[in-house]
Amino acid sequence: MSTASHPAREPLLRVAGVSVDYPTARGPLRAVDDVSFELAPGESLGIVGESGCGKSTLGRALLRLVPASAGRVTWLGRDLATYGARELRAARRDLQIVFQDPLASLDPRMTIGESIAEPLQVHEPALSAAQRESRVAEMLLAVGLDPAFTKRYPHEFSGGQCQRVGIARAMILRPKLVVCDEPVSALDVSVQGQVVNLLLDLQRAHGTALVFISHNLAVVRRVCERVLVMYLGRVMELAPRTELFVAPRHPYTQLLLESVPVADPVAARTRAPVQAGEVASPFAPPSGCVFRTRCRHALPACAEGRPPLELADSGHSVACLRWREIATAAR
Amino acid sequence: MTALPLPADRASNDALLAVRGLSVRFATPEGDVLAVNRVDFDLARGECLGIVGESGSGKSQLVLALVGLLSANGRAEGSAQLRGAELVGASERDLRDVRGARIGFVFQDPMTALAPHLRIGDQVAETIRAHERVDRAAARTRALAMLERVRMPDAELRYRQYPHELSGGLRQRAMIAIALAAGPDVLVADEPTTALDVTVQRQILDLFAELRASLGTALVLITHDLGVVAGLCDRVAVMYAGRIVETARVDALFATPRHPYTAALLAASPTLDVPLDAPMAVVPGQPPDPRRRGAGCAFRPRCARADASCASPPPWHGDRADGVECVHPCGVERLRR
Repeated sequence: MSTASHPAREPLLRVAGVSVDYPTARGPLRAVDDVSFELAPGESLGIVGESGCGKSTLGRALLRLVPASAGRVTWLGRDLATYGARELRAARRDLQIVFQDPLASLDPRMTIGESIAEPLQVHEPALSAAQRESRVAEMLLAVGLDPAFTKRYPHEFSGGQCQRVGIARAMILRPKLVVCDEPVSALDVSVQGQVVNLLLDLQRAHGTALVFISHNLAVVRRVCERVLVMYLGRVMELAPRTELFVAPRHPYTQLLLESVPVADPVAARTRAPVQAGEVASPFAPPSGCVFRTRCRHALPACAEGRPPLELADSGHSVACLRWREIATAAR
Repeated sequence: MTALPLPADRASNDALLAVRGLSVRFATPEGDVLAVNRVDFDLARGECLGIVGESGSGKSQLVLALVGLLSANGRAEGSAQLRGAELVGASERDLRDVRGARIGFVFQDPMTALAPHLRIGDQVAETIRAHERVDRAAARTRALAMLERVRMPDAELRYRQYPHELSGGLRQRAMIAIALAAGPDVLVADEPTTALDVTVQRQILDLFAELRASLGTALVLITHDLGVVAGLCDRVAVMYAGRIVETARVDALFATPRHPYTAALLAASPTLDVPLDAPMAVVPGQPPDPRRRGAGCAFRPRCARADASCASPPPWHGDRADGVECVHPCGVERLRR
């Protein structure tokens, strides 16, 4: 599936046919199903979808925090599965993650200075204590926190401040890739913008690539150059944001965009109701196209074969049997 | 709220629910926390009021205080009258009757609000029988009708299922059916769609709109999301640090917010129609610490319009249904007109 390739830049990360299965009491659950894409250095890719679509699992598989049961994640030209334990630890210096719950992802018994310094101790052991302290202070300033906070504990901070600490910890090694898993979902709206702008500033300053996992389309639209839409483990659509939010091709992407609440009373009152049912069980995904049970365009043919991810435009792929007709009807 | 005389309490005469000077205090090891600070509002019959605020604004504690569901260290003061009957300080027995029969509740997480060991339909039927003298068969018939009313797909089948067998969206429909089962005057929904996926959220909001039109139940919708209130509410109250800082008709609130916090919240709410390359609008600073509250405007450390005069208690401009508590409100022209 080279349709997802980015022509201009050599990829940092190449994901080819990756699937992830979880063993469960009811048998294996396929959380991620045959996902392929590439990520260039410094690029920002959004992964969107509803709960259970596999977006967080995919993010973890990119860092080999969960093993892929099929396919290959190639990091800087080498299959990530072939890294030994020591090599993987060394590679993690460039592969960082920011989690959703900022308080739960920090050790409550470590001061925030210790939390931020920990990656340095692991990956740059030659640094003196004084050098480490100055790097931590520099990083705290970069995330908009007072360097005098180093001796404080996570519970003394608000959620937004803890998330800044989480970002400082992920960024202090200047990694090549940071996977952000719902980094602002637990934060108040008035604080979300601060954290998003901080991530964007750091990304631009250091050329870090971002994989930004979120259910919030409005936030993804601001952060990510390209967006991958997932449903029940599969890629439905992959497109530059300039196309995805203007001319979404997959009926699921269209449904997602129609469902986002609009902060305009007049427009909100006059919107047609959405009739779209609920996600099918991941234990018994529908045959053919997994979205067909909720799709207003579904035909009997959609139950037969899995629709391939086809290139609709440059850099814009869609997995729908009917994308051509739907696009024509919309115009 | 402060000072301004109100026209002979016109509002409370036709109000279904009249809340006056309601405060909620929690005793903690670090001293008292004032979660809700002298709040006034009216709710008319059939009206939908949105209460918007961020975490810690006091919006949930405000409605929990109405029905005596504060945690053990919490205490309510002031007055809240439902059809003239005082709720603050009422006996547990009276409050039990208010809950369900007069005020139905829908919570954010339906899984923890539903009884895990009882069938969905039986939980609806039991709510009916707890408040009315009807036999089992009649309660069953009405419960099934209520499940259909909330557009539960395959209502007969769902009636016999347990909460864990339902998806989050269907559980929330079941929760709404239970809340409406005894025909309450007011339905209170506390972040009813926050835990749901966006496509399911949209359907639940559509359901609320439909039920409002068909049942005429008044609705209090508590949320952090201005997008959620936009399509559903008649009027919105914005809470910050335990106070209602602005209240207005929904169209006016979105078109010309008067409190700087309302304006900032509107600007910061991510939407799909802002320019792609613009940075996200930001409200500077951190949410207020409920343990440290002074006399002045709680928003002033984060407010671009603040000056020294904001350190004293801000005045309330307007009346109880439409007003703002601020020394320097935005759009004063509209107020003076």
